[in-house]
This record gives sequence, C-alpha cells and structure tokens, in this order.
Amino acid sequence: MADKKWARQSRGDKIFDSVNLLLIILVLIIILYPLYFVIIASFSNAQDVVNGRVFIGPIGVNFEAYKKVFAHDDIMMGYRNTILYTILGTTINLIMTILAAYPLSRKDLKGRGIIMAFLAFTMFFGGGLIPTYLVVKRLQMTNTIWALLIPSAISTYNVVIMRTYFSTSIPYELQEAALIDGCSNTKILLKIILPLSTPIIAVMVLFYAVGHWNAYFNAIIYLTDRDKFPLQLIIREILIQNQTEKLMQSGTAGVDIESIVRQQMVAESLKYAVIVVASLPMLILYPILQKYFVKGIMLGALKG
Amino acid sequence: MQNLGHHQKKVPTLKSRSRHNGIVKNWELYLLIAPVVIWYVVFCYTPMYGIQIAFKNYMASRGIWGSPWVGFHHFERFFNSYYFKRLISNTIGISLYSLVVGFPIPIVLALMVNELRGDKFKKIVQTVTYAPHFLSTVVLVGMLFVFLDPKTGLVNAIRKAYGKGSVAFMLEPAMFKSIYVLSGVWQNTGWNSIIYISSLSGIDPQLHEAAIVDGAGRLQRIWHINLPGIMPTIIILLIMNAGSIMSVGFEKVFLMQNDINLEASDVISTYVYRSGLLNAEYSFSTAVGLFNSIINFILLFVVNKISKAVSETSLW
Repeated sequence: MADKKWARQSRGDKIFDSVNLLLIILVLIIILYPLYFVIIASFSNAQDVVNGRVFIGPIGVNFEAYKKVFAHDDIMMGYRNTILYTILGTTINLIMTILAAYPLSRKDLKGRGIIMAFLAFTMFFGGGLIPTYLVVKRLQMTNTIWALLIPSAISTYNVVIMRTYFSTSIPYELQEAALIDGCSNTKILLKIILPLSTPIIAVMVLFYAVGHWNAYFNAIIYLTDRDKFPLQLIIREILIQNQTEKLMQSGTAGVDIESIVRQQMVAESLKYAVIVVASLPMLILYPILQKYFVKGIMLGALKG
Repeated sequence: MQNLGHHQKKVPTLKSRSRHNGIVKNWELYLLIAPVVIWYVVFCYTPMYGIQIAFKNYMASRGIWGSPWVGFHHFERFFNSYYFKRLISNTIGISLYSLVVGFPIPIVLALMVNELRGDKFKKIVQTVTYAPHFLSTVVLVGMLFVFLDPKTGLVNAIRKAYGKGSVAFMLEPAMFKSIYVLSGVWQNTGWNSIIYISSLSGIDPQLHEAAIVDGAGRLQRIWHINLPGIMPTIIILLIMNAGSIMSVGFEKVFLMQNDINLEASDVISTYVYRSGLLNAEYSFSTAVGLFNSIINFILLFVVNKISKAVSETSLW
C-alpha cells in the first residue's frame, strides 16, 4: 500500500511533503527545546547557566542540583504528600466515577435522563469560589487532606466519558443475559463490566492522577499547616514567589550585591532540577497510556 | 400461540421489566449511584444554595439563611467600582486573544500531522507535542520566570548576545497577555489537536481516491475534503470556547500576577479570590462570581443557538 502511494507521487506531492516535514520538525524543536534546556541546565555548572553560556549541551556536568533537591526537607515532604494525595485521590475519583457511570449507562434505569441532567447542569453552572469554600468549611474539612480529596471527588466530564464507554463498548446483551441468569447488578459491574473496561480505567487513572499531581489551588485555599503542603506549593515558593520578590527588589539600590549573587547561585542551580523532579513522573506515565487516552477524548466528544 | 406467549412471559427482556417494575428490580443501581447523588447535592448544589449571599450581607454568626437581605447592593458596588472596566476588558482581552491565536493552531497542526507519512513517525510527533500538557501550571509559570529572568534567563542571554538590553518580562504589563497566550499555545496545541487528528482518521478514504482521479492536489484535498470533514468538530469546540470567553482560567493568571503587572493581569476570577478570601468580603465576592457565571451561561446559550441555526451543529 505504502509503496504504491509513494510511486504515485507527483512533483507537487514531493514538495508538499518536504515543506510539511520541515514545518513539523520546526514544531518539534519549539516544543522540545525548552524541555531540553531545563534538563541540560539541571546538570550544568550553575555559574555557566546563570551567565547564559549553556545553549546546546550541558557544561561542567554535575549532580549538585539534584543532591540539593533530594536533601531539601520541604521538597521531599511535599513529594511524599503529593504521592499520598495522588494515590488516595485517584482511588476515590475512580470509585465515584464508576458508581456514577455504570447506572447511568443502563438503558433500563428509570429516571436516567433526570439524574444525568442533574449531573450535567453542574458543568455549565456552579456555586462559585466562596459558596463552595463555605460548604467545605462547614464540613470542617479545612486544613485536612479531605479538603483536597472530597470536593474534587468527581469530574462530570469524566463521568460522561466513562458512561459512554460502558454503553457503547460493552455489548448490552451480555448484561441482559447475566441478569436473566439471576446475576445481581453489583456482580455484573464487578465481574463483567470492570474486567472489560481496562482501557477506560487507564484513561481515568491518567486524567485524575495528573489532576491531583498538578493541583495547587485547593491547597492554597484550604490548607494552613505547612506539613500538609503538596509539592506544587513548595515549587511555587521556589520558582515563583522567590523569583517575584527578587524581581521587585532588584530595582532598589543599596543591597549587598555580593550576598545576592551568592544566594542566587544556590537558588538558580536548584530550579531546573526541581522542574525535572516534579514533572518526571507524569511525563513517564502519559506515553505508556497514550493509545488509551486518545480514545477517551473521542468518547468525551460523542454527544448523548 | 399460547405456548409462545407463555415462553415470552418466562423470559422477559430488560425493556419489559423496566416498564413494569424497573425501580424495584434495579434498586441496586440506585444504591450504587446514591453516594454520587449525595456528593452532587453537597458539593455542587449546596454551594448554589449559598449563592443567595450575593444578595445578602453575609455574617458568619447568623449563617447563610439568617443574614440580612441587601438586594442588588453588591452588584451595584461592583458595576460602579474603579476596577470594573479594567476587569472586564482584561478578562475579554485575554480570552479573545487566546481564542484567535490558540484556536486555529491545533487545527493546522492536526492537518499537518495527518499528512505525515509513516505511522511510527506520526506517533512520535504526537507523543512529543502532548508533553507540555502534562506539566503543572506551577511548573509552566515557573519556567516562564526562569527563562524570562532579566539577569539569569535564557531569553535575555540571547538578547544580550545581540546587543539588546535585558527586559523584566514578567513585570511588564504590556507583555502579560502575550506571555500568557503564547505559553498556553506551547502547552496545549498538541493536546488540543488530538480530537481533530482522530476525526481526520474517520474521513472516508474513497473521497480522496475520487479527488485524486479528478486531479486534485494535496492542498486542494486538504481544503475541500479534510477541512469540511472535521468542520462539525471545529464548530462544537468553537461553541464551547466562545461560551467561556468570560472565564479566564484562574490558576495560571494567578501565578503570573504581581503588583506591577496587575493593571493588565487582573481578571474577574482573581478579583473574586482577592476580595473574597483575602479580604473576607464573602457577599461581594460571591456577587462578582455570580455575575460572571450568568454571563458565561448566557454566552454559551446564545452561541449554541446561533450555531444551531447556521450549521445544524450544536451542543444540545
């Protein structure tokens, strides 16, 4: 097939392909270079990075920055917290999403339309920041890990995806036959539906886990104890808050330049390594699940 | 005949069951979905009930129901406030800029990827373009700060090499919207192209065969076959995007914001956060948020109506 296509190519086709390939390579460079730079900078001598000498490859390869990251108590604490929140949160998400999606996938569920409308309405309208905050506070969840897990237990969009998968990818006759054989609904869910749903469960795990791993806003609103902070809040301090302060200060005169430079060097070498360490788990996870999530996104786009 | 009738009674289909006593037979399903419904009541609908504090003077001691009504006082205060015009113009400005620049690029990328030869290469290109989507907002904004740093950043190092002065990009109000939008394009173009690439793969190859016979070139086929083929998808996504023009994502703006670029970076959602949680003006902040949600809802509704009339494609 492919050979035939090649043989049929006209000159115009060849020009088109070359130009297209060139543009795609340009796109790849634009996307990869910042990531590549972060990696080489994290292994390079801080002095060379700060002075703008690192462009193409690492200079003075060393692991100092990574040693500092792994010796940094706050980063390690945040890392542990985030792993805990991600595992617990994703488990809760998965259970709740299945509990919502399975009954809604059943054509014979009376009131299915009403329940679906009840859920779907929240995709277009919500209480907003303060009323939600007041509810969480009222439930005495503030400053507990539950504030990060329970209010975000369900994403309606993911329920829609999963429901669509259950009702389109698993033959209805299978459930019908099991029901007639006297199988209970719970048993059908556990023995028939879930074993046939690995692809969609993988998609959900990815979507929810990435969400928890990368979330920071609920932690800002609800958490006050530093020892509960997730990784993202710690990175925010290192990458954004310190940086902003430094920028604002740099205009003011009369500061001890020598000490600022020294401080900067320490902070600077950390930054790139922090980015790598914080992002690596998700960047490893997604290519493994790639073939699944493309399908998941298409299911989300289906109407109905 | 009688026998057949008897047989049918013994093995009822799910459909006939549900017609008779579906609720009784499926009690388990209701049990399964009960925690979900409770969750929606508590975390989605109770906050909606709480919206009434937008029309009240909320006092924690008297609760949501017991606080005194003040009518549209908070709305009037917002409309007359010094910040109103700035918030609206920043919110719409950032959204429109994102939409105009960010919406077409994934479509173009999808059309280009679709033309690539070699499935393996195609897959590699896709994997690479998705990568930035999996970085957290904190990391993305952190990277912006690091790359754009006036003293130690890569961008300014390049500027210096060309003999230009360094710029504190993250403090420049004039640069804020462009940095926001272009970094968003970098992060999301690949991810947003997934849906178009998938619907391109669903286009009937016979259409292309026929067009080739008629002597159509590649660009012509892209223009006359591929683009119309994914048009329904484009329209649905355009509706959804247009419907959210008044809701700029809070998380990224908030992280990029500082006292110096505030005039360009303050949007409704960050204002709601500041006035609500930092200054504890619960009622006022809720009113601002409600105003925003209602505009969003109306926009989505109107755009959907228009699209239904013009193209017969709609969300509902």
